[in-house]
Amino acid sequence: MSHDESYATVVPIDAAARGRAGSAPPGDDRLIELLDFVRRRLAGEYEIDEFGFDHELTDKVLLELLRPLYRHWFRVETLGLDNVPAEGGALVVANHSGTVPVDALMLQVAMHDEAHRPVRLLGADLVYELPVLGHLSRKTGHTLACREDADRLLRKGELVGVFPEGFKGVGKPFRDRYKLQRFGRGGFVASAIRAGVPIIPCAIVGAEEIYPKIGELRTLARALGLPYLPVTPLFPWLGPLGLIPLPSKWMIEFGEPVRTDECDPDAADDPATVFNFTDHVREIIQQRLDDLRLRRGPAFPPLF
Amino acid sequence: MTRTVLVTGVARHIGARVASVLASDPGISRVIGVDTVPPPTPARDGGPAPGGVPLGRTEFVRVDLRSPDIAQVIAAADIDTVVHVDLMSAPRALMKEHNVIGTMQLLGACQRSPLIRRVVVRSTTEVYGSSARDPAVFTEDAEPPETPSHGFAKDAVEVEGYVRGFARRRPDVTVTTLRFADFMGPGVDSPLTRYFGRPVLPTVLGFDPRLQFVHVDDGVEVLRRVTMEDRPGTFNVAGDGVLLLSQCVRRAGRPTMPLPSPAFGVLGELAGRVGLADFSPEQIRLMCHGRAVDTTRLADELGWKPKFTTAAAFDDFLRSLGRDADGGPLAALIGRIEEEFGR
Repeated sequence: MSHDESYATVVPIDAAARGRAGSAPPGDDRLIELLDFVRRRLAGEYEIDEFGFDHELTDKVLLELLRPLYRHWFRVETLGLDNVPAEGGALVVANHSGTVPVDALMLQVAMHDEAHRPVRLLGADLVYELPVLGHLSRKTGHTLACREDADRLLRKGELVGVFPEGFKGVGKPFRDRYKLQRFGRGGFVASAIRAGVPIIPCAIVGAEEIYPKIGELRTLARALGLPYLPVTPLFPWLGPLGLIPLPSKWMIEFGEPVRTDECDPDAADDPATVFNFTDHVREIIQQRLDDLRLRRGPAFPPLF
Repeated sequence: MTRTVLVTGVARHIGARVASVLASDPGISRVIGVDTVPPPTPARDGGPAPGGVPLGRTEFVRVDLRSPDIAQVIAAADIDTVVHVDLMSAPRALMKEHNVIGTMQLLGACQRSPLIRRVVVRSTTEVYGSSARDPAVFTEDAEPPETPSHGFAKDAVEVEGYVRGFARRRPDVTVTTLRFADFMGPGVDSPLTRYFGRPVLPTVLGFDPRLQFVHVDDGVEVLRRVTMEDRPGTFNVAGDGVLLLSQCVRRAGRPTMPLPSPAFGVLGELAGRVGLADFSPEQIRLMCHGRAVDTTRLADELGWKPKFTTAAAFDDFLRSLGRDADGGPLAALIGRIEEEFGR
């Protein structure tokens, strides 16, 4: 303990009681912070936004759990971060793959750690019907992919992320890897036009190889009400071990923003405009994917 | 202009509070309160009886809304403003007839009266239902993906339908519909307040719904304002912010009992049969998917916001039960340890 700190006892007691008077050794400070965190969590004294986003839980707990996967397992590299605006509404549009939507989680870590913005993803309604998954998704800032929620988030200046391929993308067979699927009805484009926010094309390379889907169990999937039940080289043969994703090398690239503020907000109701934008964005992403895949090289370096 | 106001449901807490606050307003010449049963009388020697609200100069008329007698009351007293707060959520057998037929009779009487200028109807945000496909936040114009098909919520949807019909037929009348989030605060007795009053709280395993509350004081104030001023339209009324059910039970410091959703329904029914609680299908859905509403329209129209946030309303309700919102013994203990360390 340094000489100065021995005067700690003269700090007014109420200031000291607040716990951050700087009088306690740094270890104690951190302990108090931790205790305070635990107490507030236990007492329900924390704020969530109207979508159910629990900022604190996400930053301090859930992202911490994902980070090792992001850093060490997939070794994710990001490119084109300058294209993500530092503030204001924007719509990130990305390809979806990997059988299990791990790419959504990795995109979230990338956005938080590298672009320093929380990303609000729009998810399928199935997610919100399932126990656990639904509320975890809300707590980490995501919400249902519907017009109202997309418009509301963009109006509030949030960074919104969508995977327009949906289940068609994430559940496609391994042989179709890196082939973009159909982009739905372009609802995401309409939302961006209404809000006048830029669309940021995003290519994610690496997710395709984590659970190579070589077959599926259709009858069982239908019985369970799931969109598909995959067969991979490891699942279901190895049981729970088959759930471990293969450690492929990942790259995430953000492309140049596509501006939508130059067209009239009413154009959101014009199918031709919406489809044009949708096709344009889709082409950009496909091209970025092809380039990025070449740039990455083997999925499991240095092996193959 | 003198005003004569009819308030329905004065035997219950909200109705009594609204009648009471209107009765103390000098701008209103008469307040007629109606209900099927007399309001609990305040103790003779001053001060309200437990659960009783002093009604001031409110004149009580005992009348069943389902009967055509209500038309005579409206005609005889020269009523020009009707405040319809009498929606009941239990018992289920009586409820539907009371809510829907009662509203029809009341609106029928209003339609025949040439003096009626203003009609205020209390509805509920339950009209939006609760499902996995809901938008996170409902605005007044939102069309819910699944409209409620049971119980109180369905009644409210039907009541609102009749109110819209009335507004079309009488464009000269200012019609205000208020969709209230669940009331919280001292004196409120609702399925949700009874739920939070239990020693152990059953929850649906794997779900953590967003809930919104409005403090009963704010509810009364909104009803007073729209009774005094012309504010046509439909408005959501809720305290700012949302609370997760998990936050609520932590604040209440009560243990939970997570049950898989089918069990929740069965247990709820059993509990309902022995009069413990009533978990309607709507409530079970709310316990899964939750609901939040947008209150911008009300704030813009009235230039006023509820004083209590959702969290503050809930904490005040806990205080009214004689509980601290300190999050239970473990959180309190950690709080004490923290203080020790701080010293």
